[in-house]
Amino acid sequence: MKTRNYFLTFGCVITALMIAFILLGYFWTPCDPMKMDGSVRESAPTLAHLMGTDKFGRDILSRVMKGAGATFFVAFGTVLIGTAVGTLVGALTGYFGGWLDEVLMRFNDALTAFPGFLLALVLVSVLGPGRRHLLLALGIVFIPSYARIVRTEFERARSQNYVKSAQLMGASTARILFVHILPNIWPVLLSAITIGFNNAVLAEAAMSYLGIGVSPDEASLGYMLSDSQAYLATTPWYALGAGLVIVLLILGVGLIGEGLQRKDL
Amino acid sequence: MRYTAKKIGTLLLTMVLVSVFVFLAFSLLSGDAATRLLGTEATPERLAALREELGLDKPLIVRYADWLAALLRGDMGISYQYRLPVAQLVSERLRPTLTLTAMAFALIVLLSIPIGVVTAKYAGGWLDRVVTVVGQLLMSVPPFFTGILFTYLFGLVLRLFVPGSFPAAEAGGLRFLGYLFFPALAIALPRVAMTVRLLRGCILDEAQKDYVRTSMARGRSRGDILYRHVLKNTLVPLVTFLALTVAELAAGGVIIEQVFSIPGLGRLLISAISNRDAPVVQAVVTLVAFWVVLCNLAGDLLGRRIDPRLRGGEGGDE
Repeated sequence: MKTRNYFLTFGCVITALMIAFILLGYFWTPCDPMKMDGSVRESAPTLAHLMGTDKFGRDILSRVMKGAGATFFVAFGTVLIGTAVGTLVGALTGYFGGWLDEVLMRFNDALTAFPGFLLALVLVSVLGPGRRHLLLALGIVFIPSYARIVRTEFERARSQNYVKSAQLMGASTARILFVHILPNIWPVLLSAITIGFNNAVLAEAAMSYLGIGVSPDEASLGYMLSDSQAYLATTPWYALGAGLVIVLLILGVGLIGEGLQRKDL
Repeated sequence: MRYTAKKIGTLLLTMVLVSVFVFLAFSLLSGDAATRLLGTEATPERLAALREELGLDKPLIVRYADWLAALLRGDMGISYQYRLPVAQLVSERLRPTLTLTAMAFALIVLLSIPIGVVTAKYAGGWLDRVVTVVGQLLMSVPPFFTGILFTYLFGLVLRLFVPGSFPAAEAGGLRFLGYLFFPALAIALPRVAMTVRLLRGCILDEAQKDYVRTSMARGRSRGDILYRHVLKNTLVPLVTFLALTVAELAAGGVIIEQVFSIPGLGRLLISAISNRDAPVVQAVVTLVAFWVVLCNLAGDLLGRRIDPRLRGGEGGDE
């Protein structure tokens, strides 16, 4: 029975559009996102300003494009750190086992029980503002969950025949770990990556909404949302523009993750 | 018994790790609290005196031990920012946060269980598809954005509540609950979607099992089997998931309190973080850790209470 995987299709379309939107924002925006134009303060959406302008007369669409780029950068970097370090730790502990594995996993269990967002919040606040610090803090906090997922898979793979035959043929450990086992756990890892990416987007937006880890003049989706709240009665489109971009970003990747899970059922 | 002891051990480790982490992060990275409090122009004598007063002149490990010992006695220290006992600051802000969490949890349970059961019962039908699509959408909207949309729609357009004016404790319980309803709904919605998805999946998995087929062959109706057998077997994963949800609501509440200006623990935490008020941050984060640990343990013990099979392995390796 072959049914179309609408989740995957829609997810890919939305994500592709969002990536195009973000890439465009890196090179070109309709207006200068920093330029304040006194003549069009708090203007409703018009042809010149598709999402309207804020209280300083800055073009909201241009700022949303820049902000989405920043969010994407943080989320991408977070997932990269989390997956890279988490996979390495998970692969080594899962494959070799032993006391180090036991100790690390006890720590891991203890840490994953706690909401990572709060730890990242504390870490960012002491590291000081800046996008790199935010990325670093979130990345570190994301490592345990990836390590745990990867460890389970490597532990299972250890006793399987293809790994045993690779060992008998004299393949090096590094080769077994990353050329033989890693591709086999790819589906599991990919699904974890989509979930992690969305959590990172949420965390970045929430953190910048709270005003922690960003400076006010940088365009950032979360900061724009918190800024927009004060003008909700007069300029509701401000909140809508910034919020919708976050929603679409999460929705696209979420649909891809859902679609991937349904495929292997 | 061994299992429970092991579980409690892990959970205690969670609390210790979290508190050490917060303690270290603040002590090592955030600089000298005395200088920040008195400004850079303070005389060395006054700085030294304040350091001694705050206990900052002692080595780190002694300070941690002192802090832990005081905490166990119920003393959480003095806030740098407010110059008030942290215990007092925290207890004043506990009520809104706990009410918000309880309301959000009640909404999650009341909405997700009926919806989950109905979608599983009519899986593949139009209702199931609508719920799946709506659920996917709800999971993509961050609660603080939902909160802003609610503020606009219910606060500014429909005027059901006045945004930003949290009713004082004397204003009466009903207005208090009324104000908290929309923030509670905002944090509940994405979690309702997650719970529905989990419950639907569990029911459908369970319905594949042999005993269901046997019951059907004996002529029992589908509804009868669903309510009498299948649902009971999905209780354990559901309870575990709900326990995790209550734990995570503690973190979700931090942001939503900011959106609706609710004077709760979350706002206290954010203001303490921005002002580097280490005693308050340590106290609140440790409290949240305690809450998380408690929820995890409760979920686990409840699960074992519900399903005797989980208790069977006692004395074994797990």
